[in-house]
Amino acid sequence: MKLAYWMYAGPAHIGTLRVASSFKNVHGIMHAPLGDDYFNVMRSMLERERDFTPVTASIVDRYVLARGSQEKVVENITRKDKEEKPDLIVLTPTCTSSILQEDLQNFIRRAQASTDSDILLADVNHYRVNEFQAADRTLEQIISFYVRSNPNEIVQTKKPSANILGIFTLGFHHQHDCREIYRLLKDLGIEINLVIPEGCAVTDLKKLTKAWINIVPYREIGLMAAKFLEKEYKMPYISTTPMGLVETAAWIRQICKQTNSQMDYEQYIDHQTRFVSQAAWFSRSIDCQNLTGKKALVFGDATHAAAITKILVREMGINVCCAGTYCQHDGDWFREQVQAFCDQVLITDDHTRVGNMIAEIEPAAIFGTQMERHVGKRLDIPCGVISAPIHIQNFPLSYRPFLGYEGTNQIADLVYNSFTLGMEDHLLEIFGGHDVKTVITKNLSTDLIWESSAMEELQKIPGFVRNRIKRNTEKFARSRKLEKITVEVMYAAKEALGA
Amino acid sequence: MCSTLKFECETGNYHTFCPISCVAWLYQKISDSFFLVIGTKTCGYFLQNALGVMIFAEPRYAMAELEEGDISAQLHDFDELKRLCFQIHQDRNPSVIVWIGTCTTEIIKMDLEGMAPKIEQMIGCPIIVARANGLDYAFTQGEDTVLAAMAHRCPEYHQNHPNLVLFGSLPNTVANQLTGELANQGIHVSGWLPESRYEELPELGPGVFVCGVNPFLSRTATTLMRRRKCQLIGAPFPIGPDGTRAWIEKICQVLNIQPQNLDQRENSIWESLQPYISLIKGRSVFFMGDNLLEISLARFLVRCGMIVYEIGIPYMDKRFQASELSLLEKTCQQMNVSLPRIVEKPDNYNQVQRIRSLQPDLVITGLAHSNPLEARGITTKWSVEFTFAQIHGFTNARDILELVTRPLRRNNHLKDLGWSDLVQDSSLI
Repeated sequence: MKLAYWMYAGPAHIGTLRVASSFKNVHGIMHAPLGDDYFNVMRSMLERERDFTPVTASIVDRYVLARGSQEKVVENITRKDKEEKPDLIVLTPTCTSSILQEDLQNFIRRAQASTDSDILLADVNHYRVNEFQAADRTLEQIISFYVRSNPNEIVQTKKPSANILGIFTLGFHHQHDCREIYRLLKDLGIEINLVIPEGCAVTDLKKLTKAWINIVPYREIGLMAAKFLEKEYKMPYISTTPMGLVETAAWIRQICKQTNSQMDYEQYIDHQTRFVSQAAWFSRSIDCQNLTGKKALVFGDATHAAAITKILVREMGINVCCAGTYCQHDGDWFREQVQAFCDQVLITDDHTRVGNMIAEIEPAAIFGTQMERHVGKRLDIPCGVISAPIHIQNFPLSYRPFLGYEGTNQIADLVYNSFTLGMEDHLLEIFGGHDVKTVITKNLSTDLIWESSAMEELQKIPGFVRNRIKRNTEKFARSRKLEKITVEVMYAAKEALGA
Repeated sequence: MCSTLKFECETGNYHTFCPISCVAWLYQKISDSFFLVIGTKTCGYFLQNALGVMIFAEPRYAMAELEEGDISAQLHDFDELKRLCFQIHQDRNPSVIVWIGTCTTEIIKMDLEGMAPKIEQMIGCPIIVARANGLDYAFTQGEDTVLAAMAHRCPEYHQNHPNLVLFGSLPNTVANQLTGELANQGIHVSGWLPESRYEELPELGPGVFVCGVNPFLSRTATTLMRRRKCQLIGAPFPIGPDGTRAWIEKICQVLNIQPQNLDQRENSIWESLQPYISLIKGRSVFFMGDNLLEISLARFLVRCGMIVYEIGIPYMDKRFQASELSLLEKTCQQMNVSLPRIVEKPDNYNQVQRIRSLQPDLVITGLAHSNPLEARGITTKWSVEFTFAQIHGFTNARDILELVTRPLRRNNHLKDLGWSDLVQDSSLI
């Protein structure tokens, strides 16, 4: 048993339902107790979805517990088949049904006799995998089911084309990213064969192998399917995430090489980087000098945290003290990606460890999930949200991709706005801040005495760094076994700690 | 027009919150408590998303997240729970720890009731067990299971003269308002179950009258009667001025007191509600049903002049709600409207078909259906708000109508713009 208040990744069935409900005309049925259909609320509220979420529960209640589901699951499947006429019904187990150990596969076999829809049992174990792993697996499962059931030789498209794997409902800025990728590919003369699963009909999956390549923008979901298609159908895939100028360029090069592109893509990259995207110029402009060496902490899913870390360090000259991810199953990849770019790597799904790390490092800005945003609020540190888990405000209506060249502009804005603005920073330092708030002691220091002149000096320090200065000075005083803090001690501390 | 209420029962395929959501309001109400939900990631994910920002405020609740080792009994559940409770006791020092049993603890038959007294003794802090699981209960019934368990911990009442205890968790201001209304009639409320501190639980026993303030408290009522030998006052619930008046009258009647000035009090409230009533008079409403407040709200809205097509409700205790049901019947006759159909364990799919053919002016429903219905031009109000808003007593009647009329007022502003139907394929509805 684990004492927990909060989690970064949801339970397995959420991943399966995200895949199922992203496809067009696919219905998810959960074998679950009353109240477990909270997924519908999230989709309807966060995505502001206009349509009824195609997910129902086959309710597990006291009777089911006593007698087994018997006809109930079969009835629910045949009923949905009649009502909604879906192409595919995905039956998904939940934590509850995992331990009931009913033979769900058998229910499916029986239901198949009387339905027109295809039926699949999601192959996920609640206690072994999380939301992302389950989504990854379910996507592979559905794709392999439909590709395999059409064994006819399929001819590649005449012009180079690509599938995009892993655009989902409830994904972080997925819709915007998808549009941006589409634009990029169009520039490169590459057609989109299928976008999977968002808005894709499973009946179209038989066309999947017509594409020349598969593109997996996010590592968390889609990689398994891409690997399967590479192994079975020799389709190459590109799993680089085109986030940031350097990575977008690398992504374009890989795609063009894989498709034997005849175009002068280096020139395209150069033009886009220097003149279409504003990010390269922006980080060179004098305004951005103030960001040099500022401390930041990055935390999120593996894809976003790694990409943002690289952008901050490589493209903006910011010092990332700590980069971390909650995707523990992908920890090795993450470590390898960011090791050279940050002081330390944190791989954990315990939000209190992340919070403690932030408190310890006291970065000038955080780039993380909604949880880090709240930690930032408490510690008075600004935070840009770069990854799920997210709230409704992270489903913006306006065009906000993180990928591609427009994505670099969006990220530059996000980063810049998260730090206290440059000139303001200077003025605050010179004139001692706008506020006259007294020092709030958030820490345990009661053993040290602040001389009144030192206290006065402390008041002159801008509010947003005052606590840090105070803590650093006290840390310094303790290390020197000083009981009284004078102005001199403050200056000595500043010199010693660079605070 | 039928003259008696008709009850139907459907398939139970409906959307509602899991009953563990009761920790959200109960940990805030009982300020020295700590709620430990013994369940899986699914439970945790629900709480984290449903409770939203509350999570970040260091709440006095946590998950004891069951892992594979717990399910397969490789780990000893007693030791595990003991370890967690020791930790909670040390870090937070609560006056009571409430264990919330979930579906998983039911299925693996974890003997929470057996373990609690032993661990309670070892750590020296009371542990209460409530089985608020989705196998047996819906949404607000979670509170019912917690209060029923808490009723056993109330001290014994030893005096001779009769006493009145109210049960149901209400925000402190609302509890004070209701206590005040009864004080106006010369009735002293000797305590509430729950009070805002666990250590202040009221005395119970023979000679104590008890009265509920919420319609979903039937287990608590049963426990108070059978186990604590209290006398239950079966009254309509103090929701809306009509309900509040009937509630006070019934308590007065049982305690042999002649109510004073109730007429004026009720009328002046109705007077102040007129602007809202003129907005909803003659309009129709459809309750999809998810929180058990439906009968009381429907009765109040009928009295406001609305026409109720259907009252969906997760569970209908006809005995505990008897007075409320008969007040609903009476109100319908008085307002000269037909009686609504009451659908227990509704089927949301069928309900959407009925909504499609009835085209009600307002649908009161959960968050899963609100946006899709709005996109199809059906005005909705989400039902969960009624659970979290202050709706009890004379004073708060306005808040109910504020909620009910808000979507109507909003849509009034937008109605001439010509874009109320916002789905491309509107064949579904």
